[in-house]
Amino acid sequence: MPIWEFLATYGWRFLGGAVVTAEQFILAALVAITVALLAGLGKLSGNWLIRGTAVVYIEIFRGTSLLVQLYWIFFVLPLFGINLDKFTAGFLSVGLNIGAYGAELVRGAIRSVPKGQWEAAYALSMSPTKRMRRIILPQALAIMLPSWGNLLIELLKGTALVSLISVADLMFEAKQINASTFLSAEAFGTALVVYYILARFLVTPFMRGLERAMARRLGRT
Amino acid sequence: MDMSAYPLELPEGDRPMVRFMNVTKSYGTLTVLDDLDLDVAEGEMVTVIGPSGSGKTTVLRMLMTLETINGGVIYVDGKPLTHMERDGRLVPANERYLREMRASIGMCFQHFNLFPHMTALQNCMEGPVQVLRLPKAEARDRAEELLSMVGMIEKKDQHPSRLSGGQQQRVAIARALAMRPKVMLFDEVTSALDPEVIGEVTTVIRKLVAEHNLTMLMVTHQMGFARDISDRVCFFYSGKIEEQGPPDQLFGNPQRERTRQFLSAVKDAG
Ligand SMILES: Nc1ncnc2c1ncn2[C@@H]1O[C@H](COP(=O)(O)OP(=O)(O)OP(=O)(O)O)[C@@H](O)[C@H]1O
Ligand SMILES: [Mg+2]
Repeated sequence: MPIWEFLATYGWRFLGGAVVTAEQFILAALVAITVALLAGLGKLSGNWLIRGTAVVYIEIFRGTSLLVQLYWIFFVLPLFGINLDKFTAGFLSVGLNIGAYGAELVRGAIRSVPKGQWEAAYALSMSPTKRMRRIILPQALAIMLPSWGNLLIELLKGTALVSLISVADLMFEAKQINASTFLSAEAFGTALVVYYILARFLVTPFMRGLERAMARRLGRT
Repeated sequence: MDMSAYPLELPEGDRPMVRFMNVTKSYGTLTVLDDLDLDVAEGEMVTVIGPSGSGKTTVLRMLMTLETINGGVIYVDGKPLTHMERDGRLVPANERYLREMRASIGMCFQHFNLFPHMTALQNCMEGPVQVLRLPKAEARDRAEELLSMVGMIEKKDQHPSRLSGGQQQRVAIARALAMRPKVMLFDEVTSALDPEVIGEVTTVIRKLVAEHNLTMLMVTHQMGFARDISDRVCFFYSGKIEEQGPPDQLFGNPQRERTRQFLSAVKDAG
């Protein structure tokens, strides 16, 4: 079958899969950013309980494989009475996994805001919360943004694993089409190209745009 | 530590703006300040000079509560700075009390430490709006007035990265003043500047001395400047005040051998 005929026949299924992948990506990214922020700040907290929780989360999710985490959340949590549908289990697993790496980015960026900035905010008598929110975090954000670009690409690739719990994403569709047509090169080749396009022409430019906006805010243009 | 020797508040009639009472500071086994007593009267400009490592910066940082103290009590406007009263005794102050006391002290740093993500104007409005909870319009008026005073009003919408060192330091002075502190601290505010822009910062400080009744403590290596504008000069040596007095006396007729040595050493260097 020529490639154009293959695409004409299965294109809509790839498109549907790509949309699900995009949804998984966006939701997982929101989860990752939220927990990264919480755990990154938590790891710097003076309260040992908060710090301990953050450390345990980061260790577990960085120290074990994403696939195992996915299976745990989808197959094992129901045994404890927590039932998540496969779509939710999918982006939650990916988000929590990447969030653990993100937490280290957040922590590292906060720590690398110069000491003078903390002291200047302190000398203005700002409360610790205000100081973090208004002075430290905006600068930490600018520091960690380039690394987040890479991490979000990892996250996009990670979403392919949700096909293993039958979320009908791009990878899932590719596998289905492969199984029914045995056109492996076409099926997985198309998936490859679409993943590349999503990463290269959506995620990366978006992050670059954010970096530029951030640089403008710092008056560095 | 026995705190009963320290009054809960300084009595009326004996209330300097700042009083260090037997203040001790050490890092591990290194004693940086040893039993320091120092008063600064309201409206007085006191300059601290001394060799590197003698504890000059530490004095200012303790007053800004950037450093804890190991002994003694500091009073600001009669009230203990890092202690509060409980059941008729002085105990270490809680965060809330500290924050309130801190608001009466302003500090300018050697490296300015302006907030890079804010314009000059925003830097000067941040404290008044976020900490003093001033309405934005009022904070803006105050910030613009101060930026005019330091000669930076034309650059008010610039970010620090677009300003020279001297300009940044002037904005930093305006930022500290916007909090209406009772005491201003200057730690070598001209040391990081190119020689040709030092004058624009010292001019601002001279203006403050001449036109405002601010209490100021300044650490500097510029002896000429210190002699010109100080009411009193303190020479620190190894964590103690070796000698202090009016500038003409301390520079013109130093009494202690160490003061003479230090002054002649800086004269040779400069
Ligand atoms: N965080 C710290 N930990 C350990 N020692 C410190 C610390 N900060 C300062 N010191 C020591 O305390 C002493 C006094 O330091 P300080 O910064 O007050 O000196 P200074 O008079 O301001 O010197 P300079 O003219 O070089 O600025 C020095 O011996 C310094 O090494
Ligand atoms: Mg110093």
